[in-house]
Amino acid sequence: MISVKNLQKKYKGVDALRGIDVEINRGDVVCVIGPSGSGKSTFLRCLNLLEVPSGGSIFFEGAELTGKKVDLDKHRQKMGMVFQQFNLFPHMTVMQNLTCAPMMLKKVPREQAEKKAMELLGRVGLSDRAGAYPAQLSGGQKQRVAIVRSLCMEPDVMLFDEPTSALDPEMVGEVLDVMKKLAAEGMTMVVVTHEMGFAREVANRVLFIDEGKIIEQGTPEQIFENPQSERLKSFLAKVL
Amino acid sequence: MTAWLDKLNETFIQSGYLKMIPEGLLNTIIITAGALLIGVVIGTLIAVTKYLSEGVRVLRPIRAICNIYVTVIRGIPVVVQLLIFYFVIFASSDNGVFVATITFGINSGAYMAEIIRSGLNAVDAGQMEAGRSLGMSRLQTMRKIILPQAIRYIIPAVGNEFIALLKETSVAGYVAVMDLTRAGNLIRNNTFDAVNPLLVVALIYLVIVVALAKLMKFIERRLATGDKR
Repeated sequence: MISVKNLQKKYKGVDALRGIDVEINRGDVVCVIGPSGSGKSTFLRCLNLLEVPSGGSIFFEGAELTGKKVDLDKHRQKMGMVFQQFNLFPHMTVMQNLTCAPMMLKKVPREQAEKKAMELLGRVGLSDRAGAYPAQLSGGQKQRVAIVRSLCMEPDVMLFDEPTSALDPEMVGEVLDVMKKLAAEGMTMVVVTHEMGFAREVANRVLFIDEGKIIEQGTPEQIFENPQSERLKSFLAKVL
Repeated sequence: MTAWLDKLNETFIQSGYLKMIPEGLLNTIIITAGALLIGVVIGTLIAVTKYLSEGVRVLRPIRAICNIYVTVIRGIPVVVQLLIFYFVIFASSDNGVFVATITFGINSGAYMAEIIRSGLNAVDAGQMEAGRSLGMSRLQTMRKIILPQAIRYIIPAVGNEFIALLKETSVAGYVAVMDLTRAGNLIRNNTFDAVNPLLVVALIYLVIVVALAKLMKFIERRLATGDKR
């Protein structure tokens, strides 16, 4: 579904990504792990071109996103993204956060958009918060709303950029549970995370990125039980 | 006391000059309100253009034009601009109120642009990213997400600009517009009473400015209570 070829990204002379090749297939749950500053978030943000790559190409459902004549906004509607800092719209209620994009971009009638939003809110246990403003929610609730906001656009793939890193420890579980449910329903997901337990349990593939390159990749068993490279071994020794 | 009242009577009533004060005040209000409107429109256009064109190579010339406008307008005294507009650019028009409104509007636009731009920049960058990641265009995100949030940062500074603008229009007399200041000055000139006409004019400005400041405080408070973040 997403095919990344020799992806490179330079920031003011610094190489953040140095040639990444990866294929993400429908139904994959790919977890990206690695130390801080390794380029894993940059890699994720390149997938929907929030960061414009310096080199290489990205194909999404057959279209080259890095090509010249691509309607990026159209493709982004199919790629949900969840941020570390939630980035909910603070001037809108939860319901408005959820229905804003579908109504504006897909011309979904209000009634239908709200019905869909309520149904998804119910599935993350927040039906009673539809009228609240983001400031009235806890961190875990905000992130669940942010996930639903992306789901309301009915994306083909969901990108998660350290979705639990800004949360109080007791709220991490509720967000991970939602993500697990999503994965179980067959959503294609790319998750940058420090939650090794989640990666081990939910991912069908794990990428270990360091210094802008994929050092090792494989099933969770291969990565966590039988790491090959010294760097991955020392990384795991520190985080596990 | 009676001597002063007699003097007031002589200066304003018997001379028949009293009606110049409301006439002048009306012109001051027209020029200020018109200029504010023009300033907000120009300022918003420039600020949004500069914000959206950041890092977009093709839009560089447009950015440059915006920057030149702001630099030139802010670098020249408003009286000089007024004279240039009246005697050069609109030399064929002798409608001083019109020319003054346009001049102060264009002048204010440059300051408004900076005010609005800093308001836009005060909105977290993640908001634009969230909008874009949902598939909204830059312009759609600007309209629905960024501008509504920026307004609470912008309003107080626009209020200050409004008050400054009101006082700035007192130089409109340079191009033969009878605004409030010129009305007072004409009465002074014709009655040889310097104290009372200028005192009245000063008081009127003061009352309006205090009222505007109170209004801005009220609006700010309303915005703050609407803040649910």
